[in-house]
Amino acid sequence: MSTSNQPNPGLLVRSLYGLDVARLRRTMRLGLKTLWMHRLRSLLTVLGIVFGVCSVIAMLAIGEGASYEAQEQIAKLGSQNIILTSVKPSEDQKISQSGRTSFVLEYGLTYRDLDRLRHTIPGITIVVPSRVIRDYIWNISRRVDCEINGTVPWYPEMRNHRVATGRFFTMTDMDTRASVCVLGAETVPMLFPLDAPLGRDVRVGPDYYRVIGVMESRGKVAQPDTSTGAAKPAAYQIFIPLETAKTRYGEVLIKRRTGSLEAEIVQLHEVTVRVADRDRVLAVADAVKELLEHHHKKKDYEVVVPLELLRQAERTKQIFNIVLGSIAAISLLVGGIGIMNIMLATVTERTREIGIRRALGAKRRDILTQFLIESVILSGTGGLLGVILGVAIPVLVSYFAGMKTIVTFWSPMLAFSISALVGIVFGLYPAQRAATMDPVEALRHE
Amino acid sequence: MATPIVQCENVRKTYQMGAVSVAALRGVSFDIHAGDYVSIMGPSGCGKSTLLNLLACLDRPSEGHYRLGGDDVSQLDDDALSAIRGKRLGFIFQSYNLIQQLTVLENIEVPLYYQGRSESECRALAIELAGRVGLAERIDHRPFELSGGQQQRVAIARALVNDPLVILADEPTGNLDSTSGEEILKIFTNLNRNGKTLILVTHDSGIARHCSRTIRLRDGEIESDVHQ
Repeated sequence: MSTSNQPNPGLLVRSLYGLDVARLRRTMRLGLKTLWMHRLRSLLTVLGIVFGVCSVIAMLAIGEGASYEAQEQIAKLGSQNIILTSVKPSEDQKISQSGRTSFVLEYGLTYRDLDRLRHTIPGITIVVPSRVIRDYIWNISRRVDCEINGTVPWYPEMRNHRVATGRFFTMTDMDTRASVCVLGAETVPMLFPLDAPLGRDVRVGPDYYRVIGVMESRGKVAQPDTSTGAAKPAAYQIFIPLETAKTRYGEVLIKRRTGSLEAEIVQLHEVTVRVADRDRVLAVADAVKELLEHHHKKKDYEVVVPLELLRQAERTKQIFNIVLGSIAAISLLVGGIGIMNIMLATVTERTREIGIRRALGAKRRDILTQFLIESVILSGTGGLLGVILGVAIPVLVSYFAGMKTIVTFWSPMLAFSISALVGIVFGLYPAQRAATMDPVEALRHE
Repeated sequence: MATPIVQCENVRKTYQMGAVSVAALRGVSFDIHAGDYVSIMGPSGCGKSTLLNLLACLDRPSEGHYRLGGDDVSQLDDDALSAIRGKRLGFIFQSYNLIQQLTVLENIEVPLYYQGRSESECRALAIELAGRVGLAERIDHRPFELSGGQQQRVAIARALVNDPLVILADEPTGNLDSTSGEEILKIFTNLNRNGKTLILVTHDSGIARHCSRTIRLRDGEIESDVHQ
């Protein structure tokens, strides 16, 4: 028999050309009906697409949420800032430096470092030094293990950490070494569960401090991965003027442990440097690192550049997106192959139907459209189910695991359109095969 | 006399089977006029099926001319042949060839659907035709819920729905018991009385007796052409 099974490239174009809406609707209804007759098969066929689309949207949402949180936290540190922290040198360094384990350990950033920074590096506008002392804070009989931050009046502005009520201390408070304090938001309910803290006094050791303000809650804060000197990062914070802290605590910190005494001398626990020009942050950071390296024999400090972290987070996110994109592409490819496979089987199974339709006046393009629409319905339904699941999963994850998730507008859109496209691409070959069948042969098919 | 509906003029069909070419039809000429009831008979391998495929516009002759309703359709392209099939021909097959996932009504509508007629028009015509073959009660049934005779009646309705010039029937009673077969033949006779042109391919001379004319084929040539 003279069959014309050659692929016909013009067929698709002519098929689209010859379509009208009413007919398209009827063909779609027919396709839905046919697919509905084989519900289980259709469902299994689209599962690949469903899971592909759903996992991509869900993973994107979770990744987006995580990166948003990370960036938020980094932004809190201030993108124009360079944060220097004192680090307790490791044990072997202690021995190698002095030849013996000293009773009084001296390390960290010094006031001289601060002066050097201020005078040698241009473009640094403000420097926030702070001392961190760890001690108990009392309100009559209530006690909290707190991080006492001795710092400067411009700390809130510099670190994007605002005062919620009351005020921060001023230059005057600094100069007069006033006994005032500002409480961290988390500290308040521990010390003052019933009444407002403003104007009340808290006790640290023998000294009393008047509460003049309360900070905003920070939520989770990205802590540079180090233990800052003597203190571990604590949720409970209290801020006092740096000068007051200097006078009250001196430079020697004594830690009492059962059976032993350990003393440390740390002048400054943390210094925040602000660079005026955002573009120069990284260059200044290098200069700062070099300067500190020159004056510190031991690596007893650490330099954290939030902007660098931000860049890193962005790069990480980019890589994450590329990986995700590849997974999406692979899963949609697999899903598409599944659809193609089933459509090929369907075409063979329905050879006779194709023959009948051709005999009754169906043109090649009618057959092509019919099968193409079926595969697009399959992949489109799969995409839709995937989008629904993919949007629902992040919501559930946020609800049950408390993770932040962000479903961006474009990810379900893109996932859905790509899955519909997969239907066209992978449905084309089976549909083409159906359309180019010889009607005589098709009618004879058992 | 009016122009014949079907004009075959020295129609030849040769198939290429590898290196050998097999001549299935070796120059067949005949005319069929409106209102004729023709049976085409012959032993298997005589070219019956080939001739039917040509008459049905499912295939093109290698040589010669085939005019259907006055137009030469022997060298039309695929799309044009599809359109001709949809407009001018009605088909009835031995194995009914209904589409299983469609209801009776939807099966009857298929030829109209490909002519791009409106849905309401299709529906109305299909319901009318279902009534004419006595299946008004069963329009929402699926083919597998019907008996063979009923299925063949659906096929007849489908063949009539586009008001074709010629109805081609290929062994229409071959799968039926004698009672159902008689019934179908009675419908054919009635259709013919109402002016329909029928061409019936069969090997059963009992059926051929119902027809007004019998063309016998042998080895790809017309052996006899008898008007009764």
